[in-house]
Amino acid sequence: MGSEDIQRQSLNVYRMKLLGAEVVPVTSGSRTLKDALNEAMRDWVTNVDDTHYIIGTVAGPHPYPMIVRDLQSVIGREARAQFARQQGGLPDAVMACVGGGSNAMGIFYPFLEDETVRLIGVEAAGDGIMTGRHAAPLTDGIVGVLHGNRTYLMQDQAGLISETHSVSAGLDYPGVGPEHAWLKDIARAEYVAVTDEEALGAFRQLNLLEGILPALESSHALAYAVEFAATLRKDQNIIVNLSGRGDKDIPTMAKIDGISIG
Amino acid sequence: MGRLTSTINAVLARGQKSLVAYIVAGDPHPNQTVSLMHTLVAEGVDIIELGVPFTDPEAEGPVIQMAHERALVHEVTLTKVLEMVAAFRLEDAVTPVVLMGYLNPIEAMGYEAFADAAKICGVDGLITVNLPPEEAGPLAIALQDKEIDPIYLLAPTTTDARAAAVCEASRGFVYYVSLKGTTGSGGLDIKAVCERVEHLKSQTGLPLFVGFGIKDGATAAPIAAVADGVVVGSAIVTLMAEFKTSPQGLELAVKELVRDIRKALNASNA
Repeated sequence: MGSEDIQRQSLNVYRMKLLGAEVVPVTSGSRTLKDALNEAMRDWVTNVDDTHYIIGTVAGPHPYPMIVRDLQSVIGREARAQFARQQGGLPDAVMACVGGGSNAMGIFYPFLEDETVRLIGVEAAGDGIMTGRHAAPLTDGIVGVLHGNRTYLMQDQAGLISETHSVSAGLDYPGVGPEHAWLKDIARAEYVAVTDEEALGAFRQLNLLEGILPALESSHALAYAVEFAATLRKDQNIIVNLSGRGDKDIPTMAKIDGISIG
Repeated sequence: MGRLTSTINAVLARGQKSLVAYIVAGDPHPNQTVSLMHTLVAEGVDIIELGVPFTDPEAEGPVIQMAHERALVHEVTLTKVLEMVAAFRLEDAVTPVVLMGYLNPIEAMGYEAFADAAKICGVDGLITVNLPPEEAGPLAIALQDKEIDPIYLLAPTTTDARAAAVCEASRGFVYYVSLKGTTGSGGLDIKAVCERVEHLKSQTGLPLFVGFGIKDGATAAPIAAVADGVVVGSAIVTLMAEFKTSPQGLELAVKELVRDIRKALNASNA
């Protein structure tokens, strides 16, 4: 795990340790997810005889994006069945945040054939797309090759990978799963981006109104859902993937609010 | 016949094995690279392998990762690397130069634009670490048009069937990665490498070079006894970090290291 992310996600790191994991900090490059991926690849080629590589997102070389998609699809299958049971029919839109894109792919995939269902992925606009300080390759990236897949990447004119910025560690990645790139290109899914500030607003709002603490990642999808809902009729429905709990983000939020919870 | 093949053949005809030296372009400073290339040649290096700085050099160990980072501080892009090769060619028209890097900068430039520029600047071969030959079709065609040799990697885990396909796609030489791991890893099992090299050589007519983990005369000589050439990288790049602020000290240290390896190679093939 990138040493920067170990700090930002200290509660998750502690939970992993309680589960018996050893968490190795990565201090190269930007010290975030992409550098952890580089280091995982390096470790794997070194210890290939007795090590399996697994990845938590739908990026990387084939067949990993497919494996992760198929496993994550349980989210979409379940959501689709529950919606049919509780509401009847299909939702009008399905919405999820996109970093590498696993939770989004998981909930989108079982709806791909349902052409009336709009699939909307929400990327991290960080400080704003115009500032360049963001993590939204589908919104503002160029196709390239990194980590064994061809996809949209945040990169400069010379093909060097850009540093990303997002308040949410899980979205702070310069690439995105190649199947999302495909869904964008064939216009089956739409991709938008919301800023740190908007995501933080949604985080607070869901807490206040429902007592649910969403992950900062999922808060991006929520922020856009609120905006998007205003364009729908009252009888239309949206499913938003609350892909993670926000307990892990409390230290980040407290820091933003200037509160010491040491 | 390209400059790479004719050089390798000429070295073999002398009863010697090729010595390939790897440095990262722009490390420790862009204005030292061309001079270092000439120094390497003067001390007996046959082929220069020039690393193209990349933000995410997945195959590199810590020593070469840091070299990429040092070069990127000076914004050494692929275009600038090609300019360095062109500057080297002003004084050296015979030593082959192979670029070693990652695919994305070439993608960004465009395959044909890259092949064009590389040819004009005097590049002879290309190792694209994260491009397996199965995915290389369009780039291979662009390179072939400009007579630039694509060089692919074999690993200790490569099966015979895949080795045959990799050799089939390669021109100039095939690069055998001597260990499971990243560049500069330690603990080379020289006997196992030699056995594997002998086996692979029986499978292909192309020259077989060995790299990753060769750091001095003692590791280079026994491997060169069976391979057609050896690549030394991290051992040289270590000096870049050590003598980062002393260009003269760096030149001296590089000379000494390369001279030792050349001597050991020649002795083992005498």
